[in-house]
Amino acid sequence: MALFRRHRAIAALALAAALATACGSPAQDTAKATGTQDSVDAALKAGGSITYWTWTPSAKAQVAAFEQEYPNVKVNLVNAGTGKDQYTKLQNAIKAGSGGPDVVQIEYQALPQFALPGSLVDLNQYGFGAFQKDYTASTWSSVTVGNALFGLPQDSGPMALFYNKEDFDKYGIAVPKTWDEYLDAAKKLHAADPTKFITSDTGDPGFTTSMIWQAGGHPFSTDGRNVKINLNDQGAQKWTKVWDQLVQGKLLSTVKGWSDDWYRELGDGTIATLVTGAWMPGVFKSSVTAGSGKWAVAPMPTYDGQPVSAENGGSAQSVLKQSSNPALAAAFVRWLNHGNGIKPFIASGGFPSTTADLNSPAFLNAADPYFGGQQVNQVLTAASGAVAKGWSYLPYQLYANTIFVDTVGKSYLDGTAIGGGLKAWQASLVDYGNQQGFTVSAG
Amino acid sequence: MTSTVGPPRIRVGAVRARGRRGWIFVAPFAVVFALTFLAPLVYAFGLSLFRDQAFFGGTVFVGLGNYTQALADANFWDAFLRVLLFLAVQVPIMLLMALIAAFAIDSARLHAAGFFRMVIFLPYAVPGVVAVLMWGFIYGDHFGLAADLNHLLGQDAVQPLSANWILTSIGNIVTWEFVGYNMLIFYSALKVVPPDQIEAAAIDGAGTLRTIVSVKLPAIRGAIVVATIFSIIGSFQLFNEPNILRSLAPNVITTYFTPNMYAYNLSFAGQQYNYSATVAIVMGVITAIIAYAVQLRGQRKER
Repeated sequence: MALFRRHRAIAALALAAALATACGSPAQDTAKATGTQDSVDAALKAGGSITYWTWTPSAKAQVAAFEQEYPNVKVNLVNAGTGKDQYTKLQNAIKAGSGGPDVVQIEYQALPQFALPGSLVDLNQYGFGAFQKDYTASTWSSVTVGNALFGLPQDSGPMALFYNKEDFDKYGIAVPKTWDEYLDAAKKLHAADPTKFITSDTGDPGFTTSMIWQAGGHPFSTDGRNVKINLNDQGAQKWTKVWDQLVQGKLLSTVKGWSDDWYRELGDGTIATLVTGAWMPGVFKSSVTAGSGKWAVAPMPTYDGQPVSAENGGSAQSVLKQSSNPALAAAFVRWLNHGNGIKPFIASGGFPSTTADLNSPAFLNAADPYFGGQQVNQVLTAASGAVAKGWSYLPYQLYANTIFVDTVGKSYLDGTAIGGGLKAWQASLVDYGNQQGFTVSAG
Repeated sequence: MTSTVGPPRIRVGAVRARGRRGWIFVAPFAVVFALTFLAPLVYAFGLSLFRDQAFFGGTVFVGLGNYTQALADANFWDAFLRVLLFLAVQVPIMLLMALIAAFAIDSARLHAAGFFRMVIFLPYAVPGVVAVLMWGFIYGDHFGLAADLNHLLGQDAVQPLSANWILTSIGNIVTWEFVGYNMLIFYSALKVVPPDQIEAAAIDGAGTLRTIVSVKLPAIRGAIVVATIFSIIGSFQLFNEPNILRSLAPNVITTYFTPNMYAYNLSFAGQQYNYSATVAIVMGVITAIIAYAVQLRGQRKER
């Protein structure tokens, strides 16, 4: 009898917990079901020292401003490499059990890889869930895995069409609003001047996934240990139908992205457009000085003319579970991406994730001399509100990106249908996932 | 010790003490050797017997499971055959060029031999990464020398970074880098050929070519064997050149272009440390066998 009662008590507790979780679901007020920010404030008051790994150029100014505001907190700023290099070091530190930072920059596409094995702190325990309303929907969903919050978004990369106005004016080509028009523009431009190409693409996993995202595809879904991969869904098919024509029609420049030649071709009009994230203006200004005054920004072309975009790139700051002072680390993350850290970030050319900053008149109305005085943020902020919903990356996206070249890259090289490469990519990803302890199903 | 007379006890003690003392002298080397050579090998072998699941499931002992997987791995053999082809073509060309250069400088008929020796050796002194980047600019078919040549010829004839040419292009870089190094090995071996032998050959009426074939070449066989073994090992370990050219030749160089690149990407991109160790060990064993076979053959000829 006593046993029975205890079981009932447990059942009641479980029910209560389930209810509490339900209340805490994003649709309702998140703050109630989670912790409070008191411990974070206390840690900030107590002071201490934390280590921060990042490669963003804004970090130096941000850390200086933070230390001025909180003189009893010391932040050791470390550039542990960009992207992949940093992740390798981070992975090693996690495996070793020590030597990692307290706060670390992680791209949205890499976040699940570190969140799922339990290497990151769930920031809901500090009540950060209450910040949801302050961020764009797409960036917020990028930092939440299941019901847990594994970082606060810093920058975002809603996609837009960057185009070389000089090229378009010279050959009388209209700025494309749909992908069909984009295809026509590609043919027209290349016919008018065979040395010019509508864009460059030699197969890039980040670009490919973003394009499938925009086309409404959901190739990856993860539920605990179960992963579903379908790189032949409607979205993927929609995109490959357009892109196959560009690749097989030899309408794309085969210069490798981010190489010196690529920057040069962006500057001299060889590459007429780029479909990429809102962080691109900063790259243009620092690396494509020859293109100043020639480029402009328009919304990303779509399949039906209705505005829809996708995210490309962008990162969050997370707290590592290894941290000896997670509350202080969380305080720093809060300051960085939900406090005074945003101002120096924008000042150094960053594209923020917080809606208040994205929609502030000063930000929206800034005329950019590089883009001939165009108010580019009008277009980019609009794109951030039009990002297609429901996307998620693979929990092992970094590995997936590495082997992309072996499969989809081959399709680009041989000029065969991209769909075939995607199929081979999927097969490798299913194998790998199953080897690493997931239960992966295809289709 | 078992003889009926038996050595005096003191002597036995002395021998034992001397033996112990010997270990004291060897100890500094033995410790460093164990720590830096044996320990990593043992560790890698230990790793190769397990399978660690990066996300869920932890580590399981799989015995030789990784080895059977590696031996049936199409990617691994693809990489292996590629470096084998590279070895078969590039190493003979490079060593022949190095030999010719060494003979030319040794012939004493060359003006400014010291200058040539320096210039041919110079590429070896250029850091490998810099050398590859430099060649990358030359190979570039958008803005490099290759692009200029294509422009001149009016067609896309020169494509050093295309799938059909990439291995040749890498071979060219490696040859450029290591001809001088091998030349120096051969040249220093030629320097110690006894002059009386060459003089005797001349008195017997041997011409330059005959002297080279019958006197000089046999005299430096040891050096040739050593250079060949170095080159074989270098070819099997090909990594730097393709890994750097990856950023210039999209899609052409896969993640398993060479066995070393495959092991590297398995480990650092895929977190498959165990399988990566297995691939490295299999490759190491194959390299050792081939190098040993070459050495045996070199010795047999010498007899």
